[in-house]
Amino acid sequence: MELYKLTAHELHDKLVNKEVSSVELTNALYERIDAVEDQVNAYVTLDKENALAQAAKVDAKIAAGEAIAPLAGVPGAIKDNICTKGLLTTCSSKMLSNVVPIYDAHVIKNLRADETVFLGKTNMDEFAMGSTTETSFYGPTHNPWNLERVPGGSSGGSAAAIAAGEAIWTLGSDTGGSIRQPASFNGCVGIKPTYGRVSRYGCVAFASSLDQIGPITRDVTDAAIVLNTICGKDEMDSTSLDVEVPDFTKALRSDVKGLRIGLPKEYFGEGIDPEVKAEIAKAVKKYEELGAEIVEVSLPHTEYAVITYYIIAPAEASANLARYDGVRYGYRNMNAASAPEMTTMSRTEGFGLEVRRRIMLGTYVLSSGYYDAYYNKAMQVRTLIRRDFEAAFEKCDVLLTPTSPVPAYKIDGKMDPLTIYMLDVTTIPVNMAGLPGISIPCGFAKDGMPIGMQLIGKVLDEETILRAAYTFEQATEYHKVFAPLGGKQ
Amino acid sequence: MTKYITVIGLEVHAELKTKTKAFCSCSTEFGSTPNTHVCPVCLGMPGALPVLNKQVVDFAIKAGLALNCDIQKFNKFDRKNYFYPDLSKNYQISQFDKPICLGGHIDIVVDGEHKRIGVTRIHMEEDAGKLNHSGATISTSDSSAVDYNRAGVPLIEIVSEPDMRSAAEARAYMENLKAILEYTDVCDCKMQEGSLRCDANISIMPEGAKEFGTRAEIKNLNSFRALERAINYEVERQKEILEDGGHVVQETRTWDEGNGVTLSMRSKEEAHDYRYFPEPDLVPVQLDDAWIERIRATMPELPAQRQARLMAEHGLPEYDASQIVSTKAMAEYFDEAVKTAKDSKAVANWLLGDVSAYMNNEGITISEFKVAPAHLAELVNLIKDGVLSSKLAKKVFAEMIKNDEAPKALVKKLGLEQVSDEGAILKLVEETLAENPQSVADYKAGKDKAIGFLVGQIMKKSRGKANPGMVTKMLKEKMS
Amino acid sequence: MKVSAEDVKHIAQLSRLTVPASEMEVFTEQFNQILNYADILEKIDTTGIEPTPYVLPVSNVLREDVVKEGVSHEEALKNAPAVHNDGFKVPRVID
Repeated sequence: MELYKLTAHELHDKLVNKEVSSVELTNALYERIDAVEDQVNAYVTLDKENALAQAAKVDAKIAAGEAIAPLAGVPGAIKDNICTKGLLTTCSSKMLSNVVPIYDAHVIKNLRADETVFLGKTNMDEFAMGSTTETSFYGPTHNPWNLERVPGGSSGGSAAAIAAGEAIWTLGSDTGGSIRQPASFNGCVGIKPTYGRVSRYGCVAFASSLDQIGPITRDVTDAAIVLNTICGKDEMDSTSLDVEVPDFTKALRSDVKGLRIGLPKEYFGEGIDPEVKAEIAKAVKKYEELGAEIVEVSLPHTEYAVITYYIIAPAEASANLARYDGVRYGYRNMNAASAPEMTTMSRTEGFGLEVRRRIMLGTYVLSSGYYDAYYNKAMQVRTLIRRDFEAAFEKCDVLLTPTSPVPAYKIDGKMDPLTIYMLDVTTIPVNMAGLPGISIPCGFAKDGMPIGMQLIGKVLDEETILRAAYTFEQATEYHKVFAPLGGKQ
Repeated sequence: MTKYITVIGLEVHAELKTKTKAFCSCSTEFGSTPNTHVCPVCLGMPGALPVLNKQVVDFAIKAGLALNCDIQKFNKFDRKNYFYPDLSKNYQISQFDKPICLGGHIDIVVDGEHKRIGVTRIHMEEDAGKLNHSGATISTSDSSAVDYNRAGVPLIEIVSEPDMRSAAEARAYMENLKAILEYTDVCDCKMQEGSLRCDANISIMPEGAKEFGTRAEIKNLNSFRALERAINYEVERQKEILEDGGHVVQETRTWDEGNGVTLSMRSKEEAHDYRYFPEPDLVPVQLDDAWIERIRATMPELPAQRQARLMAEHGLPEYDASQIVSTKAMAEYFDEAVKTAKDSKAVANWLLGDVSAYMNNEGITISEFKVAPAHLAELVNLIKDGVLSSKLAKKVFAEMIKNDEAPKALVKKLGLEQVSDEGAILKLVEETLAENPQSVADYKAGKDKAIGFLVGQIMKKSRGKANPGMVTKMLKEKMS
Repeated sequence: MKVSAEDVKHIAQLSRLTVPASEMEVFTEQFNQILNYADILEKIDTTGIEPTPYVLPVSNVLREDVVKEGVSHEEALKNAPAVHNDGFKVPRVID
């Protein structure tokens, strides 16, 4: 089997057993990237020289008989909204197309300490605002399962890289579904941890109360391994939780006997594609066979989640993106006569349409006269959404839903914004409540496009959803199916 | 002519004396090369996040207690959104609806009248950077260079009730506020350096009116003098407008010290919509009684208490005591001097008289005054003990301020010891009486003033050293 | 129509953005579409419900007042579009 098709945990064993070297492995990944990147466009920046240098360091350590961390020497990729010191970090925006961060994000520091190899930075929706990676300044990423389809977003590049074998593991970020939905569109695993589990220091902010960094990987085990490295209290992030980080790999056992799986009825209504419903139903049956108990629950305020999100997130974003004014870094229109003009021109020219739309939406809902009707109201509804989950979790241990109402659709940019927003209905509520959520592959549509299943856990209960996900994964073969990119499997 | 009442409210920003900034660990050191005390957080780089400095909270509580406020236990921060190059995130982290302190007061005395000025609120926020303009002023500059060293330095904003009714009251409020902040050591209060800034909200209303008039906000007041002058100018400006039948525009104006006028700062200014919303990158600060009491225990003697103590312990009159305590440095100087001085009232008189005159002349403060408190005390004691006459003491003082030589040694060196030897004085008295029979006759005839002339003659003969009290006494005895 | 093109221009100004004339019509339409959809919030009774500004039940995250090295002067200015006298150069600050 080609090296790029293996998982991180398999490759760790091979490295330790000296069956393969990290330099060999890294070169193999770059060869794969060379072969398919033209078609996929998963990457914004590649960092080959540094990657190989890092790989060589790990090989030296292995040769010296020293112990290495699980991700050491295993090549991965980072979504381009996570700051990597010395390496271009663009957020797939013209505004930051020339910005080289002067510091590492906390998660990058942790990964460097584990001596992993960074292949490069992956493509995304501009400033993480989107669900298709079509708003990227660097052009859309193409879904390796069908190049005419979207890879989802905003972490489309990372998910496509996994599906195309262009990275062994990746990091994405999730504000309203941006890890889970692309994972489901690409037949791979994506976790959004509990809000506060992973430091946001160095993650270019979109919506501060919703953003979380998380892994997108080939299987659940790899996701747990990455989580182990990136989770933990960070003194540079006031919103990072001071809680113990368990060894998430210890949760990986096949056992769902007696596990109460709640099915929120609002997630199985009319808006869900029938093929998605069918695959999810099969998955539910599988869980029953494996010994889980299925419970019907209700999350009554689900229908308000989308609009609540599209008020709160743009509001926070309008302030988070105010710093992009051409003064200290980034794109600047050099022809302006005054600073205010320079700022306006730089922002208008530097930001794409969707980003501008959301900034203005955010400005509007916070403005005098509208704050109460929109922003404050949305924050109140957010409380109700959180309470919905708390009530549901009294009856069950995890919730199971489709990750997305539909499988990946065509790249044609024709859908109006509101329609696209509505498709986030299944993922948004999880961010609103700050809960952990995982998407794993659970089937295929008739045209071969992957379908994902979402498991939602209680606050800080990644272990239960990992266990439930792992159990399903080990009882099925979906994680072993590769995207048909480039012809032969 | 309508009589108008002036209504003044002051918004004071005080930079807190912390070692690091409000939301990052950069140094708050003043005056370095631009952009050398910065980091991703205060530069507003992508992905950076704020973390609150505990000392900021402690200092804010301390200031609040010193200003008699109610400390609010639940605190949160908010984003105040506006665009300006010196604001690295284009929002300022501030406190909007849940500030750390509410409802305090400062007592002032103006022309003997006691008044209580209300403090509406105190909140914590961060400072912006500095714009270095290419031209002389912001309006005449083609470009500016932004320095973010100051960006993120912690501030407290102290908002007064619109209780002041004159420039003098506003000045007294500022002076007292400055003294209080100095005493608590939360701010170094250097108005010229900008660590204490004052904006004045001024309006006028006809006597008997029920509502306040439209107010103008005056910025760039960096001294007490500027504050007084600006208020007086602005009040006249507004009176003229109303007398002419016009309306005062609600706007921000700047004080032009050179021309002595306030100038409108905005041409087509739209009212700021700051779009405040809770800061999602910070969690609330929940205070409890133990925390507040811990800070209260560190409270030093405040100006008002110190003043009362000086009045009680040293018998100083209210005005003098208030002047002594008006700056911490002066109060500490006094306290040090009276440790060894035999006459504290005299120490006060020297400080408020000759010392203050000298300092004003030289443009220095008491911290820069060369004479050690112990030496001033020594001078006072020499006078009290009759070794040195008050008149000659001024000569000694003039020498002391040069390089702080001990007065005892100076008196010896200059040969200025007062002569109080009875025999010596008797000799001088008899001599002078003999030389001035007309004056003697005048005095005996009832012209009391004649004795002054005779005293003067003896002082001349003795080169000022004769003890004037003894001289007068003996003259009187001899002429009776 | 919840917002007119004039309103959109004003919001853009507050956000330091401009909407190109060619985009204005579609933009305004889509903006209204979203705001109209927001009307569904009026259906919910939120009397007495506390807004959730904080996802976590956490308070008092504070740090000690100890100076830590930031970034060097060179790093601070590394990505600056224009520099003058050690500062970030900007054109005339007032319009």
